[in-house]
This record gives sequence, C-alpha cells and structure tokens, in this order.
Amino acid sequence: MMRLPPFTYVAPRTVRDAVAALREHGADAMLVAGGTDLYPNMKRRQFEPKVLVGLGGVAEMRGVRGSARDGFTIGAGTTLSALARHPDIVRHYPGLATAAGLVSSPQLRNMGTIGGNLCVDTRCNYYNQSFAWRKAIGFCMKKDGEICLVAPGSPRCWAVSSSDVAPVAWSLGAKVRLVGPAGERVIPAEALYRDDGIQYLAKQPNEILTALLLPPADGRRSAYMKLRRRGSFDFPVLGVAVSVRMDGETVREARIVLGAVASQPREATKASAALVGRQLTPEAIDAAAEAAAGPSKPLDNTDFTHPYRKKMTRVFVARALRRIAGLPVSGRVEEELA
Amino acid sequence: MTKDRFTIVGRPLPKIDAWGKVTGDTKYADDLVLPRMAYGKLLRSAHAHARITAIDTTRARALAGVYGVITGADLPRVKFGILPVSQDEEALCVDKVRMVGDAIAAVAAVDEETAERACELIDVTYEPLPSLMSMEDALAHPEVRIHEYGDGPNVHKNVSLQFGDVDAALAASHLVREDVFYFEGNTHLPMEQHAAVAQWAADGRLTLWSSTQTPHYVHRLLTKILDVPGAHVRVIATPVGGGFGGKLDPFAHEIAACQLSKLTGRPVKIALTREEVFYVHRGRHPVLMWIKTGFTNDGDITGCHLKTWLDGGAYGSYGVASTFYTGVINPVTYKIPVYKFEGARVFTNKPPCGPKRGHGTPQPRFALECQLDKAAEQLGLDPADMRRRIVADPFTKTANHLTVTTIGLGECIDKVVEASQWRAKRPAFAKGVVVGDRGLGERRRKGIGIACSAYMTGAGTAIYWNNMPHSGVVLRADRSGGVAILCGATDIGQGSDSILAYLPAEVLGIEPKDVHVHPADTSLTPVDLGSYSSRVTLMCGMAAIQAATRLRRAIAEAVAKKLEISVDRLAFRDRKVGDPDDWEKAVPFAQAVELGEAMHGVLAFPGAYAPPKRAGKYKGGGVGPSPCYSYSACVVELTVDEETAEIHLDDVWIAHDIGRALNPLLVEGQVEGSIYMGIGEALMEAQVFRHDLHKAPSLLDYKSPTTLETPPIHTILVETDDPEGPFGAKEAGQGPLLPVIPAIANAIYNAVGVRVDEIPITPDKVLKGLDLKRQGKSARIGPERIPLFKFKEPLVVESAFGQPLDAIAVRPFADAQS
Amino acid sequence: MKIRLELTVNEETREVLVAPHKTLLEVLREDLGLTGTKHGCELGECGTCTVLVDGAPVLSCLALPAELQGRAIATVEGMAGGGQLHPLQQAFAELGAAQCGYCTPGVLLTAQSLLSERPTPTREEIREALAGNLCRCTGYTKILDAVELASLRMAEVAR
Repeated sequence: MMRLPPFTYVAPRTVRDAVAALREHGADAMLVAGGTDLYPNMKRRQFEPKVLVGLGGVAEMRGVRGSARDGFTIGAGTTLSALARHPDIVRHYPGLATAAGLVSSPQLRNMGTIGGNLCVDTRCNYYNQSFAWRKAIGFCMKKDGEICLVAPGSPRCWAVSSSDVAPVAWSLGAKVRLVGPAGERVIPAEALYRDDGIQYLAKQPNEILTALLLPPADGRRSAYMKLRRRGSFDFPVLGVAVSVRMDGETVREARIVLGAVASQPREATKASAALVGRQLTPEAIDAAAEAAAGPSKPLDNTDFTHPYRKKMTRVFVARALRRIAGLPVSGRVEEELA
Repeated sequence: MTKDRFTIVGRPLPKIDAWGKVTGDTKYADDLVLPRMAYGKLLRSAHAHARITAIDTTRARALAGVYGVITGADLPRVKFGILPVSQDEEALCVDKVRMVGDAIAAVAAVDEETAERACELIDVTYEPLPSLMSMEDALAHPEVRIHEYGDGPNVHKNVSLQFGDVDAALAASHLVREDVFYFEGNTHLPMEQHAAVAQWAADGRLTLWSSTQTPHYVHRLLTKILDVPGAHVRVIATPVGGGFGGKLDPFAHEIAACQLSKLTGRPVKIALTREEVFYVHRGRHPVLMWIKTGFTNDGDITGCHLKTWLDGGAYGSYGVASTFYTGVINPVTYKIPVYKFEGARVFTNKPPCGPKRGHGTPQPRFALECQLDKAAEQLGLDPADMRRRIVADPFTKTANHLTVTTIGLGECIDKVVEASQWRAKRPAFAKGVVVGDRGLGERRRKGIGIACSAYMTGAGTAIYWNNMPHSGVVLRADRSGGVAILCGATDIGQGSDSILAYLPAEVLGIEPKDVHVHPADTSLTPVDLGSYSSRVTLMCGMAAIQAATRLRRAIAEAVAKKLEISVDRLAFRDRKVGDPDDWEKAVPFAQAVELGEAMHGVLAFPGAYAPPKRAGKYKGGGVGPSPCYSYSACVVELTVDEETAEIHLDDVWIAHDIGRALNPLLVEGQVEGSIYMGIGEALMEAQVFRHDLHKAPSLLDYKSPTTLETPPIHTILVETDDPEGPFGAKEAGQGPLLPVIPAIANAIYNAVGVRVDEIPITPDKVLKGLDLKRQGKSARIGPERIPLFKFKEPLVVESAFGQPLDAIAVRPFADAQS
Repeated sequence: MKIRLELTVNEETREVLVAPHKTLLEVLREDLGLTGTKHGCELGECGTCTVLVDGAPVLSCLALPAELQGRAIATVEGMAGGGQLHPLQQAFAELGAAQCGYCTPGVLLTAQSLLSERPTPTREEIREALAGNLCRCTGYTKILDAVELASLRMAEVAR
C-alpha cells in the first residue's frame, strides 16, 4: 500500500492562525486543503513536509458570497463539487462551473477545493511517478535531479499546468486574495502564475490563497472545454477557457486562455483581439481559433501525442466560442434512420 | 452430459458468494491478519538489464523494526517457470536483472513503512548491460543475450506448422490479400493488487494464502523452489479480486513471503503496490502480424498463411503456449481448408507477457477479422453475409486437426445482424451519415462493424505432462441434508464456486444454498488445474456432475429399498427423494442421506474429469485442442468526430454461443466484462515503455475505461447444447472479448474510411488517417514492415479440414453412460 | 507521535490512537479492523476505497482522520441495518453486479449517496455518479442495472 511519510498535523481554525502556523514552521511546512493533489505527491515522495497546515477547519475560507451585479467571492476551501453545482455560478459563470465539474472524479471533487485546483502542482509524466521509478530513470530537475527529461537540453522545467479552473479564472478576469504575514493582497489570477514548471506560482510560500474573486457578471459569457482520454479521472491535456462580453451582437471584450499546454495557463491574446468589434459569426470564430493555436506549444510529457494536442487547440477554441455564440456545438447524435 | 428438464440450471440465481461481497465480509488476501504477522517488501531492480555484482544488506538489517532480509543467496539456487520448457525465473535475482521491477531482495519488518525504508537501505551494485526494449532491438543485437536458452539469440520460441499446400491454394484464389497488423501489449489490471500471507509454522509446515488463480501450480512450484516436501506445503487460494490471467504464475512476493516466514518465525504478508502489479504483468503480448489469405469470388477462404512475432518481455512465463495460441485457434471459426502458421516469441527487457483473457488469440483475431472486412469490400460482399457463408461445419476437424463439436456462430451472426439493424445501417453509414452537422464544420459520422470469434473451453492438455484428472471434486453428503463439495478451483469473480453449488443441487434435487463449497486448499481439495483457459465450468462441472451422480445412485439405492420400489422410479426434487407418482411417501433429502449412510457408510464420492484425448498427432498438436469451442458474433455502432477523431461507442450487440447457460446472469456478466475489456484494449489501454521504464504504471496513466466510456452492451445468448459440456455448457469468460476489437476497427472504417491496423485505435491515429484521406492518400495507419526473421522449416502435416470427428474418443475417468 | 482521535464510523464512536499521517483507509482497515473498505491504488485514481463522509463519497486513501472528528463516516459494513441488507446490496447480489467483488464496497457507497440525493436517477445520472469507480469485471452493465433496480424498490417502499 502506498502510504504517507510522517508529519505533524496542524489544524488552525482561522486564516490568521494558519498564517501564524506557516510562519512558525517556515520551509518545513506545507499547506493542505482537500489533499487530493498533495497526498498522492507525498506518497510518491515528491514532497515530505515535516508539518502540514490543514485548512479544512478554516470556516472563513468556505462558501460563495456576492451577487451577479457585484461579483462573487469564492472561499478557497469551497469544494469543487459545491462550486460546480452552485446555482449562481452555473448561471453567471458557466465556464467556471463547467471546469470545476470536470476535475477528476466525483469523489475527488467532493474533497478537492477551488483553492487547491488553482494551486495544483504542475504535472509531467516523468515527475508524477513513484520514488523508485524516478530513481530508476535518474530523477528530473523538478525533484531530486538536475535535468529536464522532456527537453534534456533545457535549463528549465517543462511540467504542465494542469488546473481546470485556472484558465477560466484568468479568462474571466478574476482575482485571488493572498494572505501572508505582511497582510493581505489581491492580484489578478493571471499574476498568480509563472511560466516555470517548478516555481509555477507567484504566491509566496508563506502566503495563503484564501479566495477567488469573480468580477461582476455583467453580461459575460463563458465556456470551458477539456481534452482528456476519459470522461473522468484524467487531468486536462488541453483546456480552453473563453470569456466574452458583448455589446448587442458585437464582441466588446474577449479572452481566450489555454490550459495544459505550458507550465502556466497561456492567453491567446491575438485570437482574443481578433474577436473584439466583430460579431461571433462562424467565420470570425474560425479565424480566432486559427490564431489561438499559435501559443499552444505542448511537449511530450502528458497523455496523448503533443502534435495531437496542438491540433486540437484550434478545434476546441472554435467549439468553445460556438457554445458562447449560441451556435450548436455538438449536435446530439441523431438516428437518421427512421 | 445432457438433461432435458432443469430446476436450477438456466435460472438467473445470485452467486453463492454474492452476499459476502456486498457486505464487505469477503476476506481477500490483504484482509488477512495473523498474530505476530510481519510485513514484507521487495526491493526491485532499477535497471532494465544489468549484472548484479554485489548486494549489501547490512544497513537494512541494522534498521530498527526489521525482522529479516533475504536475497537470492538465501533461496535454493533453482530456476523455475510455469511451463516445464521455460525454467528461467528466479524469485530474487542473483546474478542478473532483466527488467526494471525484477525482485532482488526482500525485507520483513514490523510494518510496511519500515520494510520499505529497509529496502532503500540495501545497496546493490550493478554493471549495466545494453537494454533491449523492442523486438527489433532484440533481434538486431544477438550479441546481447537476455537468456542463454531458447530457439536462437533472444528468440524464446520459433515455431512453424503447415497443414496442406497453402501456396497452391493461394495461387488458385480469385483474391489474395496480404496485410500487416500490430497489436500493442496491455495488462490485466485487476482491481485487487496481488497479496500473499505465508506462515512457516514451528512444525516445519508451510501455509500460503494467496490471491492466485492456480493454487495447484503454486503448490507444485513452491515445493521445487523452496526445496520442501510438497506434503508439507499448503496453498490456500483466497477470493481473487480480479484475475484475467494476471495471477496465474508463481510470483516473487509469494516465494519471498514463505522464505521470510521461515527466517523470522512469523507469518509474513506481502501486498504489492499498483506499480508492482504492472511489473508482475504476464499480460497481453504485443504482436506484429502478417497475414496472407486467399478468397474465391464468393468469399470462401481458400487458404491462409499467418506469421506472428510476439514481444515476450524478460521471461518465458506461458509464452510458448501464447506463441502457439496466436496461430492455432484461428481455423476453428471459419472454413480454412489449408493453413500455415509461423510464430516467434522474442525476449526483451520488459515485464514478461503471458496469458491475458483470450490468451494469444485476440491479436490474430483482430488481424483476420479486419482482413476479412477488407476482402469483403474488394469482393463486393456484405461482411456479415460473407462471414455467415464461411462458418466452419460442426462436428468436423480443422486443417490443424482440432476437433470441433457444436457451432452456433451462424445463429449468432443472424441474431446480431437483426438486433443491430445491420442491413439498414451499414449501407447508410457507409454513404456517410453525418450527425451534429449544421453547416458549422462539426462533423460526426456514424459507423457500424461486425466481427466474429471462437474460443476454447479449457485446454485439452495440462501444463505439465500427466495422465491424471484436470479437475477433481469430492462430494460429501451430510446427515443434515447438506452437501459439501471440495474442489481446487478458484473463484476469481467468474462464479465457479457457484457452479460447483448449482450442479450437485441440480442432480440431487436440493438448493444451491444446501451445498457448502470449500475454497481451494491444496491440503483438502482435489486438484483442479486452475482458473485459466476457460476450463473451470466445463471441467469442474463435469467432475461435480459425476460425483453428484454417484452420490445420487447410492442414496437412491437406499431409498428404493426403504420404499420397496425400483431405483428407476425415483426422482430427486424439492429436497425430497421419491416416486413421482407416489410423492406423499417421498423421503426428505436429509433422511435419504441417513438411509444411504446406513447402507453404504460415509457418503463421500469423487468425481474426476480429463478432456477427451483428441490432440493432433504431430509435435505441437497439444496446444489448441479443447473439449468444445464457444462462438461469438459482435456488432459495434459508433460515432467518430471528424475534427477530433474522438470515437464514441454507441452500442455493442454480442451474440454468444454458450452451449447452455447454466446461469444466464453469470454468462451475461462474463460476456459484458469481456466486451468491456476488449473495448479498453481496442481504444486506450497500452503497456508501453520509455527509457527502459514503464511509461504509465498507475491507474491514472494506464487508461481503463470508466462508466462513461462503456456503451450499452446488448447480450444475446445462443444455446447449442454441446455434448462435451456439463449439461451442454461451453465457455463464456474469454471468447466474447475477441470480436469487439476488430468490430470497432471495422466500424471506424465504415464511419470515416480510415483503416487503423494497429491496436489501440486512438484519436491521434484516426486523425492522421483522416488527414491522409483529405490529401487523397491511402487512409491506412499501421505497421509497414515485418522483421527480417527466419522461421524454422515448417513441420508439414496433411490438412484434416472437413474430416468428421473420430468415431471413438478416449474420455479418461468418464463413467459408462447409464 | 500518535494522536488520540474520536471517529464516528457507521454511527458508532470509536477512539483510536494513530500517527497523524495515517489515512482513513489505513485506520479503518488496520486499526478498526474494517477490511470491507478495499484499496486499488492509494493515490485517488480508482475509487475502490470510497467511503461516505456526511453522506458524500470521498476517497479514504486521501482523507486524514484528524480532519474527520465529529463527521459521520460510513463504510460498507454499516450499509445493512437490523439484519436487513440495504436495497442496493440486495440488488447487487441478485443481479450479479459483484463479480470479483473488490470494487463493490466503493461502488455501493457511491450509489447509496446518489440515491439519497436523487432517489430516481436516470441511467445517465448513475453513469456520471459512478464515473469515479473503476470496475474491471462487469463492464458496469449489471452495476447500472442493480442501482436502477434498487432505486425502483426504494421508491416503491417510500410510496
């Protein structure tokens, strides 16, 4: 049986206590919420913290507050299943509800939190392996080793951002609240991420992501599409988040953000810009989709071949935009034989 | 044995072990805890191919909580293997490791964590050798030898058989097709990770509880490996949490647990992690296939020549049998007048392949059924009609001298064709039924495909040569009216324990609940060879019927005397024995047992079964014969997204010739499970390697279909009442896996015109095919070349095609028909 | 160092003394002797070890008992009550939904949670709810059938 390495467990009841616990234990400590990302990694010895600061008992970090007019504050400890079925989120931020509802499996979503998924460790099929496996291959730079096994000449780690909700948060223009010893700061979701497989978060280790702040809904339309082998369990190997605000029939603002094609979510800025001021016609959508494929540069370190993932970027962006445009995306399979 | 009217047989009864399984009461191997039990772990090789120059266990032994550490030096220096011809394994490697995951040392400690830490403290010095990770590499580097034995450098087995003049037949054909196919390896993935508990008691006797499909072979081999008298070794098979062929060999963890128990004087449990299960493997061989078949204009097969190359991995396991199975079962399905088969198994530095559900036959079945589809298209024939036309004749011999009894394949084809609306759908889909297309560039196309198969109901010969029964039972009647049945068969979820209750209950007129089925225990239960090759229901079933019939006769004699009527008048039903015309006087079964016991003494009767002796009289003729063969026809309807090439299965129809469904619920369960496993193999499962290592040794990365990928499965059972089976029954657990894979491939072609001659059929491959098609090129994805490899000179034997079966078959242990 | 915890499992409060890094799976099986909860990967990749916490299916291999004091933990051993099998258990047995039986406890509990939230689910909803439970034996067909049958029977009793 795979088992956890030993640690001391600290269960603060408030954010303030959690920050204090982190400060007290310094580099020995790690944060855990649902545990669905950290515990498997700990069992494979990617992490062996001496102290775990569990956020499960921090009531102030749970729940969804706000309104469509003013925006919502989602406590980072809110479970993914709670978020996926929250009526206001489903109605006003469908892309976010969709993404939360597509994370892993039903059981995982009952445990995993929105904060955990925003901060989910980058993944690579040379890294997400047992200690013995990694030792046999000679370890990689993300943990215990020197080189990147995906791109051996590379000075950096290419582990893949594998969050479903991160590209959506980015596309919505959402912000995150970080609380640390120096107090609280609110930064745009996109500022949370760095394009590095190891240091993939701009968050300080002693900071706690306490909430996701959604902007006012304000006629925003959003969608998320996920590529993976199976309809359950699997991480995204391509995620497409689109968010659009309309002036009547014309696009006022558009953001297309790709997930799982780099070490951080990647915004397809040219594609987004190409939509602004235009109507969401099939032609405009195709042009944007074509442009969106540019920033998609997957490497061979996840499921599916990377050329396939790259090719699917265009298709998935087009489909996500069609969904937003109210155009049929995947017509139901109809029996055409009477 | 046949019978006309049944009370138990044919009813959808719950399995007798269902109650324990739904309440959590069933104790699997890892659920066992014994007093003072220690926990073991294996240290496994980090190298794919290396010489071991030193092993230092000093630091591990010094760790607090460690009870004992062993290496290969602590075991008798004897190599073993499940087949007598492939004795090439060591429980703990001594001189050399041949794959990442080979076991080198084992630790017993106070708990699993301590054992694991101790393993990390064992210092092994390796001298790396070049690793051979593909068949091409292994054949190209004869100077690097994985094993010193075999039919050539890195060639484990080289076989060549010819039945009749194939070249002449092909030359006279209207159409000859030559195709190359590849079937990637995949693994069983039972949900239960292997586990074993060993207790070497103070009296020198050893007991091993293990999640094994074959306690008898483990018993035999432990005797050899540990050099202990077999009489002092007891193997108890715990309920197996999924087998599929993955728990059919003796394994390092079982042997290490025994030796550690001897060393520490404690019971020792070793439970594998999921990753270790991928290294234990013994799963589906990757097979490259070349197949050349001749056809007449009407679609008849004139002759067939098949070559297979199997990537065997690091050890022999069942590989010699696997090699034969890639060739010898093919002729059972269709009329193939002349046949030639050449096969080779190559050693590579990967976990050894072996018997996975369908053992060696799904790969050539995929090749043959896809080729038939291509031929049908060229000949302008409907693929279902063409198959229907060439179904083999019942009660005849095949070209390679296999005796076939009942064949329900024609009816199976008719049933799936009708149920699936094949005749309407196929032409319509081929024209291009586009769904979800509203002029927006999104195109999904429907496709439908068919394929058929046959599979044996138990191997006709044992793994080691002997003249003893393949299956035995002892049936003992109790004065309470209960009956106990002892049999060495293991229930791996297929329901064999339930069959062992149903059949005596049927014969004796009692309820299955009245039958106590004792689990396999080599000290108590008569030998059954194990749960493999779809043999259990037939062989144990026949033995159980024989024992029950003998018991019934003894009881009948006593009851007849008491009632003062002739034995022939007696009926056994509703837990009573009596004259149907005077049923008020019928004796309750418990009382009948007492009468019997008073007359005969203890009422304990053996039953034994061995298959009819029908092996072809040529070297190699021992692989392939079976008492009877099951048949299946399968139609798959699916949708392919032309932009993403994602494949969505809409429906699967399968008709299976089961001979007789002893319990239709269990048969359907086996059929549905087979379809599921076939779908996984066809679309996503793959045991693949990179840089000497398994690429995906986890349940996340090795893709097993979930509820969302599994379509509705429509099962139709066809009964042919086979004279060889218990009350006419044939197998269900493996055959139905075979046709779904080519049926999917054929349906994809029907949908989008892309031929993927390579398993698994993944979206990226189909998309590549669609791109080729758009460029006006041949839309085929698959292997292009075959290895430069010299097969043996064939053993040439006359074809026995179409001959009637032998007038007299030797049936060892059978009672004279009464 | 071990910690003392009070866990409520199948409506019984049990006191355990365990190391903080022991998962609920380990504590159930190894400290409380409730081996009905099985395990297939211990990494959250198969659903075999599913138990219910306050009625919701979670994976015991990734749950820390320290977080679960005062919560209602339910395992397969608690499904039957008063000598009566739960209708799901009855249906699974009758329809052959348990073959090797190893994934069965996790599937049963996940289905129990579904039926308590949604007493008459569609087949598609059952599929979705069980998408986190791998089974290698059944092809899920008999499992879906059994959940439907149990749902029907429970609805009839409720009526």
